[in-house]
Amino acid sequence: MQLEYFTLIDRIVDLNIGDKTIVVEADVPQTSTIFEGHFPGYPIMPGVLLTEAMAQSSGWLLLGLMKFERMPFLAMIKEAKMRGFVNPGEVLTIEAKVEHEGSGFAVTSAKVRVGKELKCSADLTFRHIPFPHPDLRVHMDAMAKKIGFPQRALTHD
Amino acid sequence: MSSTFEQIANIIAETCDIPRDTIKPESHAIDDLGIDSLDFLDIAFAIDKAFGIKMPLEKWTQEVNDGKATTEQYFVLKNLADRIDELVAAKNAGTGTASGS
Repeated sequence: MQLEYFTLIDRIVDLNIGDKTIVVEADVPQTSTIFEGHFPGYPIMPGVLLTEAMAQSSGWLLLGLMKFERMPFLAMIKEAKMRGFVNPGEVLTIEAKVEHEGSGFAVTSAKVRVGKELKCSADLTFRHIPFPHPDLRVHMDAMAKKIGFPQRALTHD
Repeated sequence: MSSTFEQIANIIAETCDIPRDTIKPESHAIDDLGIDSLDFLDIAFAIDKAFGIKMPLEKWTQEVNDGKATTEQYFVLKNLADRIDELVAAKNAGTGTASGS
């Protein structure tokens, strides 16, 4: 994770196109400027970044389902629940599942765990559009390679 | 079983916190009820789920943008109900046209 750059997913553990599910992992850094302010003497992951991590996990799943032909953008957050603190150095396991694929939008549910402990969950809605800029597509391809996006997942019907 | 319009009106009332009695078959979702695109996503999700369809919102939007259709054809609620009935009928007939994007 590079919190300041919103690079929040470190590796894809499992991507199941048929079941429309994904499992990813993210290593919370020991140090970050974010923790200097959130909070002095008691550093914890901000809920907004945990929510963003759930959104990015869902995003990789949707990118796979759409074969990188369209880019999902977070549009709505519902039922976001921060159930426990996440500390520097912990490893997050994030699961996301597509609940609905609409026309130009998709709805997912996502959960973050540390070990077996559920730390947060949310229902997320995304709009998706054709990649609005070629640089973004190039960036997403590079990120996909970095986090181990399984290319075989793009061969589905 | 309630009519398609009744189901849509109930979904809109619940999703957008609009008094149910102000939602009429002649109401335009955008112009009369003030529903914005984000709220309409929520409504589309609820309608898709309730009717087991995939409303082709992108296709409809494109038709409006291209001047091939008017917003009234899709967003006046009685017309929206007709479109939904068509999608449900197509789905039940197995024509595969119940979705589109």
